[in-house]
Amino acid sequence: MSGHDATAELTDRVREATGRGTALRIAGGDTKRFLGRDVPGEVLGTSGHAGIVSYDPAELVVTARAGTPLREVEAALAARGQRLPFEPPSFGEAATIGGTVACGLAGPARVAFGPLRDHVLGMRVLTGDGRVLRFGGEVMKNVAGYDVARTMAGAFGTLGILLEVSIKVLPCPRSSRTLSLVRDQSEALAELGRLAGRAMPLTASCWTGGALALRFEGTERTLDEVQRRVGGTLLEDGADFWRSVREHTHPFFAARLPLWRLHVPAAAPALPLRGEPVIEWNGLQRWYALDTTTVHDVASAAGGHATLFRRAGPADAVFPRPAEPLMRLHASLKKIFDPAGILNPGRLYPDL
Amino acid sequence: MRPDSTLLRELRAALGPEAVLSSPESCVAFECDALTAHRRTPDLVALPGSTAEVQSALRIAAVHRVPVVARGAGTGLSGGALPVEGGILLVLSRLNRILEVDARRRLARVQPGATNLSISEAAAPHGLFYAPDPSSQVACTIGGNVAENSGGVHCLKYGLTVHNLLELVVATWDGELVTIGSALGEVPGLSLLPLLTGSEGMLGVVVEATVRLVPLPERVDLVMAAFDDVARAADAVGRIVASGIVPAGLEMMDGPALRAAEAFAHCGYPLTATALLLCELDGLDHDVQAELDEVTSLLERCGATSVRVARDAAERSRMWSGRKSAFPAVGRLAPDYYCMDGTIPRRHLATVLARIGEMSREAGLPVANVFHAGDGNLHPLILFDAGRPGELERAERLGADILELCVAVGGTVTGEHGVGVEKLGPMCTQFGPAELEVFHAIKRAFDPEGRLNPGKAVPTLARCADYGAMRVHGGKLPHSHLPRF
Repeated sequence: MSGHDATAELTDRVREATGRGTALRIAGGDTKRFLGRDVPGEVLGTSGHAGIVSYDPAELVVTARAGTPLREVEAALAARGQRLPFEPPSFGEAATIGGTVACGLAGPARVAFGPLRDHVLGMRVLTGDGRVLRFGGEVMKNVAGYDVARTMAGAFGTLGILLEVSIKVLPCPRSSRTLSLVRDQSEALAELGRLAGRAMPLTASCWTGGALALRFEGTERTLDEVQRRVGGTLLEDGADFWRSVREHTHPFFAARLPLWRLHVPAAAPALPLRGEPVIEWNGLQRWYALDTTTVHDVASAAGGHATLFRRAGPADAVFPRPAEPLMRLHASLKKIFDPAGILNPGRLYPDL
Repeated sequence: MRPDSTLLRELRAALGPEAVLSSPESCVAFECDALTAHRRTPDLVALPGSTAEVQSALRIAAVHRVPVVARGAGTGLSGGALPVEGGILLVLSRLNRILEVDARRRLARVQPGATNLSISEAAAPHGLFYAPDPSSQVACTIGGNVAENSGGVHCLKYGLTVHNLLELVVATWDGELVTIGSALGEVPGLSLLPLLTGSEGMLGVVVEATVRLVPLPERVDLVMAAFDDVARAADAVGRIVASGIVPAGLEMMDGPALRAAEAFAHCGYPLTATALLLCELDGLDHDVQAELDEVTSLLERCGATSVRVARDAAERSRMWSGRKSAFPAVGRLAPDYYCMDGTIPRRHLATVLARIGEMSREAGLPVANVFHAGDGNLHPLILFDAGRPGELERAERLGADILELCVAVGGTVTGEHGVGVEKLGPMCTQFGPAELEVFHAIKRAFDPEGRLNPGKAVPTLARCADYGAMRVHGGKLPHSHLPRF
């Protein structure tokens, strides 16, 4: 297809940095720099390593170089009636497919189609000591070798520079409808609980400002029936609403306070925190704009954890820390892929 | 080899005398999994009845520096549970309880020895089921499913085991417990769950699994289409997927396979067909109706000689019965059969099937094809007679050739059965030394002394060097005329 293969240049840069022991801050479109701890070091840009390598709608797979703009991938899929199932946020026009996979973020549709890593089939990566490795492939079913590719997804570049990713895609729905129901927080959570037990084509849910928005997808006849059963009012600009939730352009996210992302059991009741959250993923993901660190305790008391998604200034702890035995495995894996520790050091944790 | 008497005494003290087998007569029942060409009577079989006993057994093994091979129901097809010399075979089938079904959170927490089907049975009263359904689902255990990342006929829509797992409690090589993943489905830090899934018992022993449940579909329909040309059937598969429909299952059988299945199960397959497609659609009533209309007209446009929709659940299960019994049905055609498991990009279905036909004729061994066409996962069944000198070796060579063909067109040597001991050689075709070295390093990170299922799943570089020497004919790689991508 088209684009530029910069594997050789990137490999040279990495080998040279390894030699000097210089840390590298990996950047695609640099749209998600706000997420995670600050990384010292030189910027290693991947946006020059771009282009869709292969895409055949009959395979339900797209393979693209890491620096390919996310919107280019999405446009190529849309032209053939397909999409990225995990509806990733871009947080800016410049977002790349590599950065998207490295950060592992999914949008509203995660509730129906699962997390980003579920859709990763394979990748080519550049390790911290300049090895170019290939894991997984371009087929749906592949159990040869350990599943390194899915472990790289969401690793924020700490295990390797993604060079090329193969992603499973899905057809776009025939039709989509967003219904809005007036509910307070507890009522909304109860409503979502009732929906969870039924075979409904629910592909997004969001409670904000006293209203529960539900997106359903399927044929018009199915959606008519869903609307009869669920009730509520039709949200005319549904697509705009979901985009604003996904991209954090919704007014809720304009607050100047630190933004916390909580992952708690979907059935957890309203949390004892100040202010009203935005609740997504049927209750699993809850956003709070709050200037307090008690969030961690509240999240863990509810059986979950909290991430400081957007911060006002430098912060030492952004992501919650896994248990110590797991941290030791993190360190061992880091050593395998980045023995000199030069790839995005400290982005996830100070010691990784 | 006689097990060390201290080792035996300590295991009996920890697990109870009846839970440790050491006599060859009782151990021989565990000599192989479903890949029966590879057998070894285990020296010692331990059957723990609790997580604590699994931990004890691992601690004792670590102290005595003996290897441990975990085993579920022994239905694996790649020799992953083949006992190793001087080791303990850790059989987890007694740990078979469903611990919890949470309908609100759509999950079930189960012990590793629970059968795949028992999870769906426990979830059914809540209108839910566990989606991955390997053909051995009546017997195979969830622990084994995790070890192999098992699939089934519904992967195209519902995914493999890895897509349906939330959390694992794993006993490490030295008996410690770690929790990998989370019932939330979101974890801080690196995602280790995919690394453990499909790791063939090399990284840890699963003692508890939390799996995702999905709602039972409102409506299910099954379409059967016959073709007089394999290429046309393969083309229809691609067109269905490209049309925006994701079938719950999309299966294909070639002439020999469908005739064997019909003779075995009397399921109404058209005997004159060259290829048969089974396409299952599920979901909400109106959606399924729309897809059904589209699929049937598409199949007709693709040149199907007959298209039939099952009238009711009874006819549907009869149509499926042939496909589900295809392996034993084909098995009746020859004294032995050897089942392969390569996956290829769908666009190469027709050419790869044609090439397998040529290779089968060259090798003088018949091959029947029955496979998951929707996700390109082939199961060529090589028919042979192990009683005839040299025929097993010829069958294995043909199998390796077929797997190399799959890799050459951009596929993989195993879609869902795992590498085990069977595909160590073909792994050398799919991965280079640098990737294999990473796999060995990952193994060391989890199991520094190499006690868990040693020698399986990842070939040593020395083995690959030998394999390469054997497989390169006249200085040329096999299929050198094929473009590599």
